[in-house]
Amino acid sequence: MLPRLMAGSGIWPGPARGPLDEAIQTMSSPSEELLQALLALNRVQAGELLMAARSQGSPLDVIETLVRPALEEIGRLWEEGDCALSQIYMSGRICEELVEELLGEARDIDFATPGEAGAATRAPRLAIAVLEDYHLLGKQIVRTVLRAAGHAVKDYGRQDVDGLVECVREDGIEILLVSTLMLPAALRVRVLVDRLREVSPHTRVVVGGAPYRFDEELWREVGADAVGSSAGEVLDILARLTGESA
Amino acid sequence: MTPSSGSSGTMTSMQRTLTSLGHQEPDRVPLLLLPVLQGARELGLSIEDYFAKPEQVAEGQLRLREKIGHDCLYTFYYAAIETEAWGGTAIFREDGPPNAGAPVIRRFEDIKHLTPPRVEDSPSLLKVLETTRRLAEQARGEVPIIGVVMSPFSLPVIQLGFEPYLVLMHEHPELFEHLMRLNEEFCVAWANAQVAAGANAICYFDPISSSTIVPRERFLATGFEIARRTLARFEAPAAMHFASGRIAPIVDDLPATGAALLGVSWQDDLSALKGACRGKVSLLGNLNGIAMRHWTPEQAEAEVKAAIAAAGPGGGFLLGDNHGEIPWQVPDAVLMAIAEAVERWGRYPLDWCRVE
Ligand code: B12
Repeated sequence: MLPRLMAGSGIWPGPARGPLDEAIQTMSSPSEELLQALLALNRVQAGELLMAARSQGSPLDVIETLVRPALEEIGRLWEEGDCALSQIYMSGRICEELVEELLGEARDIDFATPGEAGAATRAPRLAIAVLEDYHLLGKQIVRTVLRAAGHAVKDYGRQDVDGLVECVREDGIEILLVSTLMLPAALRVRVLVDRLREVSPHTRVVVGGAPYRFDEELWREVGADAVGSSAGEVLDILARLTGESA
Repeated sequence: MTPSSGSSGTMTSMQRTLTSLGHQEPDRVPLLLLPVLQGARELGLSIEDYFAKPEQVAEGQLRLREKIGHDCLYTFYYAAIETEAWGGTAIFREDGPPNAGAPVIRRFEDIKHLTPPRVEDSPSLLKVLETTRRLAEQARGEVPIIGVVMSPFSLPVIQLGFEPYLVLMHEHPELFEHLMRLNEEFCVAWANAQVAAGANAICYFDPISSSTIVPRERFLATGFEIARRTLARFEAPAAMHFASGRIAPIVDDLPATGAALLGVSWQDDLSALKGACRGKVSLLGNLNGIAMRHWTPEQAEAEVKAAIAAAGPGGGFLLGDNHGEIPWQVPDAVLMAIAEAVERWGRYPLDWCRVE
């Protein structure tokens, strides 16, 4: 089922980024073990791996070196057809729970206190919504990945264009994540972006959801700043948009 | 209309389709294009008004076939029509298909007390049957009429909502199994009512079985067994359709479900699927309906050629989109260009794409 992994070819395509990344490249790295535990939906083993890592480093380290790479890799596997959405969803739930435990607090969504691991130094004001669509799963999964990676994110639920523009303006949102499943909803992002340009010109819009996976140009057509073809990509995109080297 | 209108070949649409399903080469590749909402545009009606009257949907299908010349008539309204039968609602919009309203199953416990609806008690399903009867009258056996059911394994996404369903599937095996049995009873009754009304084949939509949504091991323990049990009770051949979900990891398992035809995704390698399915099960697909929105006639031609080259030789291939429904936003000109390209490149023998 996971030919690339089974072949021991390492889980990171592309150049390594540092000593930690190099470490993660080996087959038996903790991140690889966490990945396997998550794909097997083995919550107990995943918890043990996180606890072991916690004894060696801060929660932030655990998230950055263990949880984040595993979630990103699961996203990549899905894009390539090598794992399933049910695994993304269930493993995201496991990670979110474990990270909550790890941080020892149920972190509320509050920009003033983004949490110990919340990349607090330059955390952008982040929000997520479903636009004129009744399908919330994509949003939930992206939110889970964000929270499991220690980001604070406002969740606006399902919104129409007017409601969403108002929320963004009121909260001074810097990065707005929009999920849609139906094509007409994906196309409505054009209207949303045009309205935001008038009311909140600094807000960046990141889109995702099935229609964008089936039409690679669609995100540009609707005027978005970025697109993610799996939930795992959102972390990289945020890093890029906030000027951090990914 | 005359049943064979639009096709300039030597076979009727039915003969062409059956020949291909029998893994033989007909006069040309059958075009199982599946426009649905476009019928409303033909009749100058809103989508909601269009689906309100069964005779309109029948008329829409006939006019579309007259115009495009594809090889089937399709009685699909929208997926949420089945949840209407279970007591739910459909929410319409002007520029796309309606979606299911609030879930009909609100707590897992409710599953224990659920009884499947009877087809004859559902005004929505009765409309579909009436459309089917009207189309059967016109088609006189020369054009295949394709009915639709949601699979027992995929329907719960709109019965419960996707997240609760994933939790049910993973964490409440007994309730899950109970729901599957209820859904199977409903699905079989619904499929066979359509067959009795004149449907020649049933398209069994089961994207939850696709490897996009569940891994192979779970599919084998769930969707596979459910499909095998359910399709065996259909009184007509079935197409198992994955609504553009991928199937490469499970393709070798699929012939054993009993499906005659698989609806396959643009995200899979069509020639690899063909290699795995040749002589065992036919393929339907795999044009990308979402991208179609901005295809030029040249692109449409290139896409049709590529699909035919990958899966056409030897028969066992029906050309169509990869989701089982053409989006509202696709211009009719693209659909006509697809039909023209099939006329041009789909004639057997496919000398132009024979491997030397
Ligand atoms: C399973 C499925 C079904 C099932 C369940 C649907 C449901 N969710 O309610 C059933 C059989 C019931 C069904 C029915 C329909 N379906 Co359907 N279905 C699918 C399928 C195979 C998967 C959909 C899904 O829910 N995936 C799970 C979500 C979470 O995946 P996702 O949106 O891609 O999200 C992932 C990434 O994209 C990313 N992501 C998502 N949002 C965001 C946001 C950001 C910011 C970022 C970075 C990333 C990100 O993260 C997620 C996880 O990695 C897709 C095709 C496909 N291959 O994907 C069609 C699809 C969604 N269906 C489609 C349609 C049209 C329908 C119907 C309207 C058909 C009809 N006429 O009735 C109905 C509607 C049902 C309803 N709700 O009433 C179309 C929608 C596009 C369009 N043509 O308009 C699709 C895309 C098929 C296609 N290729 O055209 N369907």
